[in-house]
Amino acid sequence: MASDDVWVLGINMTKFGKHPDEDLIDLASEAVLGALADGGVTMAEMGVIGAGSLMAANAGIGQQLQKQLGQTGVPVYNVANACATGATALRVAMMAIKAGEADMGLAFGVEKLSGAGLLSGGSRKDDSGSFAPSGRYGAVAPVDGRIGTEIMPGVFAQIGMEYGHRYGGTSFELFARISEKNHAHSTLNPLAAYSKRMTLEEIMGDFMVAYPNTRPMCSANCDGAAAAVIVSGAKLATLSAEQRRRAVKISASVLTTDPWEESCQILPDVNTLTRNAATLAYEQAGIGPDDLDLVELHDCFATAELVHYDNLMLCEQGGAVDFFQSGATWRDGSMPVNVSGGLESKGHPIAATGIANVWEVATHLRGEAGPRQIEGAKVGLTHVIGLGSACGVHILEKSAA
Amino acid sequence: MANQIPLVDYLVLGDRPHLVANECTSCGARFFDRRNACAKCGHTDFTRADIPTTGEVRAFTIVAFAAPGILTPYVAAMIDCGGTSVRGNVINVPADPEHVSLGMKVRLATELVGKDDEGTEAIGFGFEPTEG
Repeated sequence: MASDDVWVLGINMTKFGKHPDEDLIDLASEAVLGALADGGVTMAEMGVIGAGSLMAANAGIGQQLQKQLGQTGVPVYNVANACATGATALRVAMMAIKAGEADMGLAFGVEKLSGAGLLSGGSRKDDSGSFAPSGRYGAVAPVDGRIGTEIMPGVFAQIGMEYGHRYGGTSFELFARISEKNHAHSTLNPLAAYSKRMTLEEIMGDFMVAYPNTRPMCSANCDGAAAAVIVSGAKLATLSAEQRRRAVKISASVLTTDPWEESCQILPDVNTLTRNAATLAYEQAGIGPDDLDLVELHDCFATAELVHYDNLMLCEQGGAVDFFQSGATWRDGSMPVNVSGGLESKGHPIAATGIANVWEVATHLRGEAGPRQIEGAKVGLTHVIGLGSACGVHILEKSAA
Repeated sequence: MANQIPLVDYLVLGDRPHLVANECTSCGARFFDRRNACAKCGHTDFTRADIPTTGEVRAFTIVAFAAPGILTPYVAAMIDCGGTSVRGNVINVPADPEHVSLGMKVRLATELVGKDDEGTEAIGFGFEPTEG
């Protein structure tokens, strides 16, 4: 193990779902203590902490955790990067290790979202008083619903539809079949918020949120936390044989933002920054998409999963529909995608997501995924997108030890 | 006729309602919001550019569930107006997938958004099918 590599030493996620009796710090503590125990280390050994909770972005969540688990005085970086918050926290801790400022670090993300409805889009009061232009568009009244939509299910619906317009082959049923796959996968994941298999008819017949996304085709708002302890290769070499055997190498860690594209301020472009992140990640890891044994990608909506097959280069450009229809992305296919159940059924406690997907892949690479184990998994990729936008991609490799 | 005000400042009312963008004088990138600089090239000088009033639906969704007070269902879309992408609703057509399609040809149309206490009418815009 090269001394400048960074490894996952311990990792944990809580069950995603409803946790009415636990607050943010309870959930974060469960994940962090779990990750520390998994790695066989303690808070005293953490040299840096990356912390995220998007809905509590100004709460100093990292220091609040320290107040419960250990006020060791090490630097805390509280980060917020939309749905890429967890991946960003992980990357911040990783950068500190890469920079030589710490040899071991902690990253965690936590969110409480059970019962939350739409997370964006303006409510509307009666238009009254006197019209006066305000804001960057000189609007005299709220524009959500009057000039397009700001709600995420609608934004990502258009992203999937635009792919269909460009390459053809998409339909309501096709997108619903992607959701059918993820809900089927979730039945094997005891930590998923929802683990009920759903038929295509149930999915298509469910409550329509924003065509073509029905409710089960949308990521589930829920509570949850995930945490990772990461370590430098040099430090790992001094640890026990068991710790080295279970360590998972972070072969690539990339964060990108959306570069300017013609329509990107009209409809967010989640494609270019994902493709850029994937390209960099494959370069860093020295592998290609064909080397991947499993992928956890950001299926915030069924319509999003389709475009990311293409953006992550799991298929040829424009070929995502055929790729999905081949069965490749089912757990018994050539490129299993979202065997955790994905955000549509595992759930999407925003800041936890970008570390929970690393937990999923790491658990397979360790051969500890139980009934949903992808046999012989050696390399996996995780991907998150936060609108605004930020994209985090990590490539993980099984320890050779 | 009542006083009218556009819903947003990039909608120009009058005999021939149309949208107008801030166009970067260096690289030609177009924006509908107030600008500090060009997001593509960093240049700070802009000129006003009229946007064609006809276009094609490049992406759409039919929003059935929205925040309180927003009428549903409505069709939100991205329209390609002669190479400039525009956000807008598809209007004057039933909001269902049988009546809205990718690639559909549309044209700009205005509609009344509401009146304020002084009787001023806010006029918004959408895109309606050019055929049918």
